[in-house]
Amino acid sequence: MSARALLPSLAALLLAALLVAVTLLLLGVSPTRAATGLLDGAFGSPLAITDTLVKATPLIFCGLAVALAFEGALWNIGADGQLIAGAVAAGGIGPRLASWPHPLAVSALLLVGALGGGAWGWIAGWLRARRNVSEVISTIMLNYSAAQILAWAVHGPLIEASRAFPESSAIAASARLQLYFAPSRLNLGMALAAVLSGLAYLYLYRSAWGFALRAIGRSPRAATFHGLATTRVIITTLVLSGALAGLGGAVQVTAITHRLYEAFSPGWGYEAIAVALVARLNPLAIVPSAIFFGALDNGAQAMQRAAGVSAVLVQVIEALVIIILLAFDSAAGRRLGRGLLSPATPDSAEVDA
Amino acid sequence: MLESFLASTIAMATPILLAALGELVVEQSGVINIGIEGAMLSGAFAALVAVYFSGGMICGLVVAAAAALAVNALLAVLVINIAVNQVVAGTALNLLVAGITGVAYREVFGVTGRALTVRALAPLPLGPLTRIPLLGPALFDQSPLAYLALLLTAIVGYAIARTRAGLRLRACGEHPEAAAALGINVYRMRWTALLFAGVLSGLGGAYLTLVYTNTFVEGITGGRGFVALALVIIGRWRAWGIAAAALLFGAAMALQFTLQATVTNLPYQLFLALPYLLTLLVLALMSGQAAAPSALGRSYLRE
Repeated sequence: MSARALLPSLAALLLAALLVAVTLLLLGVSPTRAATGLLDGAFGSPLAITDTLVKATPLIFCGLAVALAFEGALWNIGADGQLIAGAVAAGGIGPRLASWPHPLAVSALLLVGALGGGAWGWIAGWLRARRNVSEVISTIMLNYSAAQILAWAVHGPLIEASRAFPESSAIAASARLQLYFAPSRLNLGMALAAVLSGLAYLYLYRSAWGFALRAIGRSPRAATFHGLATTRVIITTLVLSGALAGLGGAVQVTAITHRLYEAFSPGWGYEAIAVALVARLNPLAIVPSAIFFGALDNGAQAMQRAAGVSAVLVQVIEALVIIILLAFDSAAGRRLGRGLLSPATPDSAEVDA
Repeated sequence: MLESFLASTIAMATPILLAALGELVVEQSGVINIGIEGAMLSGAFAALVAVYFSGGMICGLVVAAAAALAVNALLAVLVINIAVNQVVAGTALNLLVAGITGVAYREVFGVTGRALTVRALAPLPLGPLTRIPLLGPALFDQSPLAYLALLLTAIVGYAIARTRAGLRLRACGEHPEAAAALGINVYRMRWTALLFAGVLSGLGGAYLTLVYTNTFVEGITGGRGFVALALVIIGRWRAWGIAAAALLFGAAMALQFTLQATVTNLPYQLFLALPYLLTLLVLALMSGQAAAPSALGRSYLRE
């Protein structure tokens, strides 16, 4: 995939920024003050920059999860639930690892997180492959289930020792990913995410499994005709997708929060859809795309202070970027006969190239 | 206590039933709307703004319906006219409305810290019927929107199954190309369905601000749009099935409140997960969507 393929993404980002700027003007808010506030909060100091990278990290994991599934026309809307499942698994065993040596404890925590997310993804994959249940519906239902199970866990079985606060006990010191660059919160999670984006690229574009996945994404009927085991590919993909998101949840627990609480994810799994679409589902492009959205999230509070406009404005920008990209893609799709993402169906059994 | 439990069951079921009836019509036309949550949220917010500034309940309901209508019109342009992916478009609309209502709340009402409240939409007692023991106050002293939901269940169910328009609607959802060949305007059918659903989602959202809470908080819909999506599946794409499913979940939500008041340490979060887990179970047992329209979620572009 060439850099030119990312041109529509840049155009969509600019158009979304323009729309928001015009809206702000109409509301009597200065767009330049909002923009400078945003930039200052995201990149204004070394600490702001590293925090942007920290905020981008879960978005890389979830963005990779979304891209992997979407390449196979598997509409995994459930990265949020998968991330929470991974976080709950990691936050659940974290306090019990006190006697473990540090590298082993951290590895165990990350592994358990990936397994938790993978299990959550497996449910959707199994339902889709074996019971013909749309993964769109199942992943949305699994998101809400995961959020409620997390809320129950931090009020019940995992509540901290004094039972005063609805949060889990802190994970053992040995299981915490160290912050080598204190006071910044920069940690190895970012590096792990970058390595995984490389691996995901190789998996998608340089391996037989990736080829099979993309073939199924383009045309499931043709793929079956050529003897590809669609059932296995569907389940494997959603497990891997869930594991990536779950790993993101575990990294957040081991490096940043050290414990679980309600509303652990501010919606990373949904934001990741924008991240993945802007990257045109290319795993390598997901890192810069996630950093861009991480900067938006990180700068949002500073923007709110500087321009007096709510920080959720950032969400409006994300949504506009998705909508504009979809529209671009649809126009291109009609010209070329088929778009990357459209027309397509939630139940891709009917998609034909 | 049983009486108040029954009453609150119906109160809880009303907004999700309204939204689910809209989604039923939309799905019968072949479109899947992941953006119900956003449409409901826009209705909830618009109702608050309209009632706060005008004081009129009718005005609140109309504005709520109009706001959600606008949201669904945007979705219609995207998924019908330019045929983008319905799932991604719906998800984007949810994000968009969550963002816009968040920004707008701050712009309109500022950040005073005090909870903003409006007058409640008064219940409409149905005269002597309310004097029936037990059932009377539960069933016949409800919000007008609850009666509307019941009435619409009957109308939508009848219209889809027994009328010519319903048949044409289902043709669009089963096989849009064949429907078009028979001279049915698939685009217009799907547009009408989405606009109708917009009105119902808006009223469902208005119910949350004007009947439940008399205020608005970010994310007030709390996943009810997705429960509505689930109800259509659990009700197996039939209006009365959906109404029964809505009552079941209304009861689960009401039970949670009743038990929370009496039993301590109740894992009420697990009750809240119930609709979602039940949907997964029902879907797994149904082994796919035997009752779902064949072309559900599939883009159709006019030749």
